[in-house]
Amino acid sequence: MFSSRDICRLLGAAILAAISACASAAEPEHFGNDQKPGHFCSDQKPAHFGYGQQATPEQIAGWDIDVRGEDGAGLPLGSGTVNSGSEVFADQCAACHGTFGEGAGRFPKVAGGAGTLTQHRPQLTVGSYWPFAPTLWDYINRAMPMQAPHTLSSDDVYALTAYILNLNDVVPNDFIADRDSLPKVTMPNRDNFTWTDPRPDTAAKACMNACIDPDGVRISSSAEGLNLTPRTTGPLDTMEPK
Amino acid sequence: MQPDVRRGILIASRHLVDTGKALGRRGFLKLGAALTGGLALGVESADAQAAPPSPPADAPWSQSLGAGVVDRPYGWPADAEAGVIRRNVPWLTAGSQSSISFSPLQNLHGIITPNGLFFERHHAGRPDIDPDQHRLMIHGLVERPLILTIKDIMRFPQVTRIHFIECPANGGTEWRAAQLNSLQFTHGMISCAEWTGVRLSTLLEETGVKKEAKWVMVEGSDGAHMNRSLPLDKCLDDCIVVYAQNGEALRPEQGYPLRLVVPGWEGNVNIKWLRRIKLGDKPWFSREETSKYTDLMPDGNSRGFTWLIDAKSVITFPCPEKPLGGPGGYEIRGLAWTGTGRVKRVDVSIDGGVNWQSARLHEPVLSKALTKFTLPWQWDGAPALLQSRVVDETGFVQPTIAELRKQRGSNSLYHNNSIQTWQVKQDGSVFDVQLA
Repeated sequence: MFSSRDICRLLGAAILAAISACASAAEPEHFGNDQKPGHFCSDQKPAHFGYGQQATPEQIAGWDIDVRGEDGAGLPLGSGTVNSGSEVFADQCAACHGTFGEGAGRFPKVAGGAGTLTQHRPQLTVGSYWPFAPTLWDYINRAMPMQAPHTLSSDDVYALTAYILNLNDVVPNDFIADRDSLPKVTMPNRDNFTWTDPRPDTAAKACMNACIDPDGVRISSSAEGLNLTPRTTGPLDTMEPK
Repeated sequence: MQPDVRRGILIASRHLVDTGKALGRRGFLKLGAALTGGLALGVESADAQAAPPSPPADAPWSQSLGAGVVDRPYGWPADAEAGVIRRNVPWLTAGSQSSISFSPLQNLHGIITPNGLFFERHHAGRPDIDPDQHRLMIHGLVERPLILTIKDIMRFPQVTRIHFIECPANGGTEWRAAQLNSLQFTHGMISCAEWTGVRLSTLLEETGVKKEAKWVMVEGSDGAHMNRSLPLDKCLDDCIVVYAQNGEALRPEQGYPLRLVVPGWEGNVNIKWLRRIKLGDKPWFSREETSKYTDLMPDGNSRGFTWLIDAKSVITFPCPEKPLGGPGGYEIRGLAWTGTGRVKRVDVSIDGGVNWQSARLHEPVLSKALTKFTLPWQWDGAPALLQSRVVDETGFVQPTIAELRKQRGSNSLYHNNSIQTWQVKQDGSVFDVQLA
């Protein structure tokens, strides 16, 4: 795509370190004009290639949307109340998540589920599962509403955050969400995460012969006849669960 | 399909006239009846199974002129392979935009997944991006924040590597019990490709990394603006910012024009449509690494930052989609992989794990790539319970689902790397089962 000549010329012009990385080649042959076709670079990497543009503070600000969950770093100015959040939620979110966060169809619940994490069918919601409140602001801001992501104002995102936290009984009715209050919210499940991977947590042995009692080999479950599997030939299946 | 059938009829009738001249009236009529019947059958079952052409007759395509070059300027598979496609489980997700599709492993024969069959996982649908407008920004705790165009990125020294990408939820429906009677749906959220791009370390050397930097946030430009935190060490080790997949530009479904490949780590961190890389001193704890992609244990505690894909294998033939045709000689075939490096060995059992036999690994056996294995098998027609078990180069042995449940219960959704059992019945049919 670009010849080593282009690369060498650019480097040679721009960067001293690159010149040294690129300077050891023999005097190049001429092709009937005064232009030298350059020379091959050594494999040694230059200090810099010099490609691309330096990002300006304005450019960075345009995309620098991330908010850190643990300390809320990156949260912008603005604020929102539980009440205003209930209105924005009804407008923007309730069609999928239900008026009170109970979920519609297979769209996720955003409220409830407290105390279910050890049960057979745990409900992982903002209140029952999420460890950090600023993550909720960040996620709504970057990804919601699904049809028009990243279009809500900061105040609306604060309001929604306040409303959803309130639906989960994590904050009181008069809670005002802003960059100072959100990092101080203690989420109920916050301390129940381990952030270092304990795997490998199994230690199977690669036994080759008579590894288990043949009489103990028993099928405990089978997918046969469950009618959960879409077809895998012909056109795509649109099956719904039985 | 239609023009081909018409062409076939045309050729056959021409053949009929010529043959008629040679055979005389009686023979001609007899042959005509036979041929017409055959043609009718062919037309009827064109979508199912046409009678195989056999000697001594030439098939229609042997007596006609085929389509010319650039008839299909960008080629596609034979008509008969039209059913070999990515498929989804409609009842699994609320819609198709935040959803998954599965590769048809039952129809694939190598370690490379064709680009059109690579599994998909989108969180806000597939964006169709203008590459000229796409930018990658690298900023945060760096010396020189940069904005790069795709052309800029392509100028950097190129690397090409073969790696799998597996969604950690692959097999997630099977935690509680055998549920989906299909290789495609139990294992199809893994694919493997040859990726070409620039090492992330090269880009980070270009920007310079401040010494406080320990973590790297990577973010997509799709509607989900999907973001994940990665330790700086992994980014400097083997991550690649790629623009090509199996030799051609990335497919839009795979992140065109730019994606991150994080070899051996869960699919979700391989950010597609990559637009931003930010360096920081702490992880971000984004939604995708707190409320999702964390593993809930039976005691109510959860594991986070479980990026590694553990060693795993599966028999791809036979499988529910590809049953056996009767007793006789077969080759058991399968795939093995591990996020830790290379596959060292694969063992196969036909009796539910009582006895094992080591399979042959096929070259190339590459680090953090799919590895193919085969083992000849003489099936006597008795019921069988087929399993494969991989051992990786760290010595880790793929566990049974029972061993996995003992550690993690059945609510953890992700990272099910257990041994798959296929039940082969006497009629050769194959079913997804689990053993006690």
